[in-house]
Amino acid sequence: MITANTADRLLKILLWASAFAIILVLFSIMGYVFLMGAGVMNLEFIFTTAKNNWKEGGIITAIEGTLIVVSIAVLFAAPIGIGAAIYLAEFTREGKTTKIIRLAADSLNAIPSIVFGLFGLTLFIHYLKDYTGGASLLSAGLTLSFMILPTIMRTSEVSIRTVPLQEKMGSYALGATKLQTVKNIVIPGALPGIFTGIILSLGRAAGETAPIVFMTALNPITPSSIFRGGNALTTTLYYLTSEGISINRAFGIALTLILIVLTLNYSARFVNNYLTRNQRR
Amino acid sequence: MSMEKIIVRELNLWYGEKQALEDVNMQIRENRVTALIGPSGCGKSTFIRCLNRMNDRIEGVRITGKVEIDGKNIYDKDVDVVALRKRIGMLFQKPNPFPMSIYDNVAYGPRIHGTGDKKKLREIVEDGIRGAALWDEVSDRLETNALDLSGGQQQRLCIARTLAVKPEIILFDEPCSALDPIATGKIEELIHDLKREYTIVIVTHNMQQAARVSDYTGYFLLGEMIEFGKTKKLFENPHKKETEDYITGRFG
Ligand SMILES: Nc1ncnc2c1ncn2[C@@H]1O[C@H](COP(=O)(O)OP(=O)(O)OP(=O)(O)O)[C@@H](O)[C@H]1O
Ligand SMILES: [Mg+2]
Repeated sequence: MITANTADRLLKILLWASAFAIILVLFSIMGYVFLMGAGVMNLEFIFTTAKNNWKEGGIITAIEGTLIVVSIAVLFAAPIGIGAAIYLAEFTREGKTTKIIRLAADSLNAIPSIVFGLFGLTLFIHYLKDYTGGASLLSAGLTLSFMILPTIMRTSEVSIRTVPLQEKMGSYALGATKLQTVKNIVIPGALPGIFTGIILSLGRAAGETAPIVFMTALNPITPSSIFRGGNALTTTLYYLTSEGISINRAFGIALTLILIVLTLNYSARFVNNYLTRNQRR
Repeated sequence: MSMEKIIVRELNLWYGEKQALEDVNMQIRENRVTALIGPSGCGKSTFIRCLNRMNDRIEGVRITGKVEIDGKNIYDKDVDVVALRKRIGMLFQKPNPFPMSIYDNVAYGPRIHGTGDKKKLREIVEDGIRGAALWDEVSDRLETNALDLSGGQQQRLCIARTLAVKPEIILFDEPCSALDPIATGKIEELIHDLKREYTIVIVTHNMQQAARVSDYTGYFLLGEMIEFGKTKKLFENPHKKETEDYITGRFG
């Protein structure tokens, strides 16, 4: 017979084990990547260009490519996402239109990333070749911007909605117009959340492979123009692994990628704390 | 004798299907303090928000009747609501300073209304803060965050912010309900001083407060104005049974 007390303790242990499992998974992955990656990691690996089909030299072209591609993605997605969020939160009433916009964003979020890649391939590489330069850093960035658009919109909307009604009323009561209130009260108040959302989606974009696999080159290319091709960390990792070029170097790239993404995540937190320190408490 | 600043005629308001104000008529005199009292949910806030068209911002609100300020119905089609709110300041139950410096809070109104000149702005800000009896407490820290002030100081800062826009009328919706008695006393004193230059309407739950600060009092019950008159008379010798019940119920 199991008494209520034993059952209670058993349950507690089970729950604790599930919680612990998360930490375990995290540490096994991180630890393994660290161990494997550390072997090839040195200044040359980070700061020089690859030679001999990536077997020698470094991955600077891929690091630069990734940074450029995610910057392009955010540059395009942020204004649109934030604009849509301001519209949803401040300029319209809940109804058919807002339902459709939200449904669109959710659906966009649900599309498998390889489909974005396929879509980007047709749109940017084939149809808009004259404007994007075909398989270019710009095409890759634009494709990723579609992917992070819903996240930026959602996180922005959430943080816009946390701006207290009291403050907005205060602004209106002083004779401010809607636009002035949005510019002076709503956006500054929502900025920490908006920034956090952007930085987190930067991290997400940096980690995507499938959407940009058709747009990045296999051979090392020093980025010279956004209308030209380039490398990215993820697709290079994929190439090195699938072609069996160098597993160790692939882990080196993985480690670099993890460090970049973690840095982004922590700086998101830091930026958020920094920006909110003077606000509502 | 002072003039009527605001004349309310046959004012009705519905939130969707629900009627919240019914045939309200009232005359609010210039340079006087008019208090609105009544039990919770009787429509005091709803009414006071009609005076600066703040209800426009709430979904599903329908209004009939007139609110004439200086003889002009503010619900006429040609009225510029933004310009109207500049003439009619409003203070809220909970102090709501913006999360910025004390200076920027008070400069907010003048800035959005186009005062660019730094020297002029500084004067307006100082006048506003002095007008709200806050200068001595904050003059040496205008650049610090307004949220670091105490509740009572925050409410006076909100008053300063309102004064900086140079309104003609100031509406107070339970401005002291979040404050302690000392801070409340300061605000009441301030209201008393402000009526020399402004027409004041104040909603309050506190009948002693109404008796202390106001010249006229209106008693609201279930969206209707039951009785309106000189404060002293309404408290000492109410006409209507409902008014008497309310007043004595609270006091007695
Ligand atoms: N935005 C709104 N939507 C729907 N109904 C509302 C809204 N605001 C107020 N009401 C309703 O209108 C009536 C009057 O509310 P109001 O806030 O004006 O009362 P009040 O006299 O200010 O009360 P209190 O003393 O509690 O502040 C109440 O029944 C309230 O539920
Ligand atoms: Mg109220």
